[in-house]
Amino acid sequence: MAGAATLEAVDNTPKAEAPIQAFTVTLIIRRFDPEKDAEPYWQDFDVELYATDRVLDALHKIKWEQDGSLTFRRSCAHGICGSDAMRINGRNRLACKTLIKDLDISKPIYVEAIKGLPLEKDLIVDMEPFFASYREIQPFLIASDKPKDGKERIQSVAQRERFDDTTKCILCAACTSSCPVFWTDGQYFGPAAIVNAHRFIFDSRDEAASVRLDILNDKEGVWRCRTTFNCTEACPRGIEVTKAIAEVKAAVLRGKPDIPKK
Amino acid sequence: MSTENIAAPRSPYLSHRKRNRFNIEKWGWIYMRVSGVLLVVLIFGHLFYNLIFPGKVSILDWAFVAGKLANPIWIVWDLLLLWLALIHGANGMRTLINDYAHGRFRTVLLWALGATTAVLLVMGTLVLTTFDPCLGDTDNAELIKICAAQ
Repeated sequence: MAGAATLEAVDNTPKAEAPIQAFTVTLIIRRFDPEKDAEPYWQDFDVELYATDRVLDALHKIKWEQDGSLTFRRSCAHGICGSDAMRINGRNRLACKTLIKDLDISKPIYVEAIKGLPLEKDLIVDMEPFFASYREIQPFLIASDKPKDGKERIQSVAQRERFDDTTKCILCAACTSSCPVFWTDGQYFGPAAIVNAHRFIFDSRDEAASVRLDILNDKEGVWRCRTTFNCTEACPRGIEVTKAIAEVKAAVLRGKPDIPKK
Repeated sequence: MSTENIAAPRSPYLSHRKRNRFNIEKWGWIYMRVSGVLLVVLIFGHLFYNLIFPGKVSILDWAFVAGKLANPIWIVWDLLLLWLALIHGANGMRTLINDYAHGRFRTVLLWALGATTAVLLVMGTLVLTTFDPCLGDTDNAELIKICAAQ
C-alpha cells in the first residue's frame, strides 16, 4: 500500500513540459524579380520549423525574418480562398494545407510557382487567362422563370447530390496548372473551367446546359482532355476532376446532362 | 431588383471562338472509342488464327498468308484491321502533334502524317484486293500445281 501511495505522489507532481522538437528545414524556392532578373533562379533558405507547421508558415518565416522580398499570395491561410496554390516538391498543393510532417525533410523542399500561367514574381503568376476561361463557361445560374411563390427553386436531395462534388471548387488553379495539355496549349479551357461548367450543367435548376455544352464541345474544350488524372491528384479539395470532365463529355454526346428527374 | 429586370448578359461571350456544327475533335474522340473496341476483337482474332490455331509459329509463311487471303472473309477482316488500326494510330499521332508541336512545324508534321497514312492505306488496300498467289515465287508444291493448272 505504501508503495502505491508513493507512486501516486510521484505521478501527481507536475512534469516540466518537454520542449516540442523543432527541425531545421531547407527550402529551395524558385525566385524571379522581373525588375532585376532575366531568368528565374533557385535560392535556398534554412528555417526552424515544427512538424505541425505548414509550408505557408515556412514561407512566412522566410518573408518576416530572412528576406522580405519573397513574394507569394495568401489570403485566408486555411485552405478556402485558393490563393496559395504552388508547386511543392513537383506537385501542385496549397501551401496552407501542406504540413511539414507529411514531407520528407531529410531533403530540401522545392517550392515554385504553378506552371502554365505567366510568371509575374517569385511564386505569383498572372491568373487572368485562368479566370478568362472560367468566365467563358458562364459560371452563374441561368433561369428564365421566376421561382414559384417568389421564394426558392426547389431541388431534391438526389438532384443536389448530382453536382455536389464540383461545388467544392475554390478556383486555386492547382488542377489547370497541373495539366500537361494546358502547359503546352494555353488556349485549352482547362480542368477548373470544365469543373465549374459541370457544376451548372448538372444543376436541375439551371436552363443553359445546352449553351455550356456547346461552349465546351470545342477543339479547346473537353476533347482536349487526355485523361492523365493530374488534375484529380492535384485538387486540394478532393474533387474528382477527371470524372467530372468525362461526365461533361458524355453529356455533350447525349446532347443533354444526365440529371435525376426527382 | 429581381431576375427578370436584368438584361441577359450572354450575347457578348464567345464571339471570338468560332463554333462549327461538325466537330472533328468530337468525332475523333468517338472514333477512337468505337474502333478501339472493334480492334480488340480484330487483333486478337488475327493473332489467334495466325499464331495459336496452327499450333506452331513456324507454319506462318508466305504460303500460309496466301492460303488465308484465298478466303474473302480474311480479306474483309484484314481490310477492316488495316483501315481501323491505321486511322486509329494516325489520329493518336495527330493529337500528339496538336499537343506538342506549334506553328509551321505542326502544319508540316500534320501533312507528313496525313500523306504517310494515305499512302499506307492505298498500298495495303491494293495488296489485299489484288493479291494473286501465282505472281509470287513459291516453293510450296501444292501452290505450284494450282498455279500451273490456271
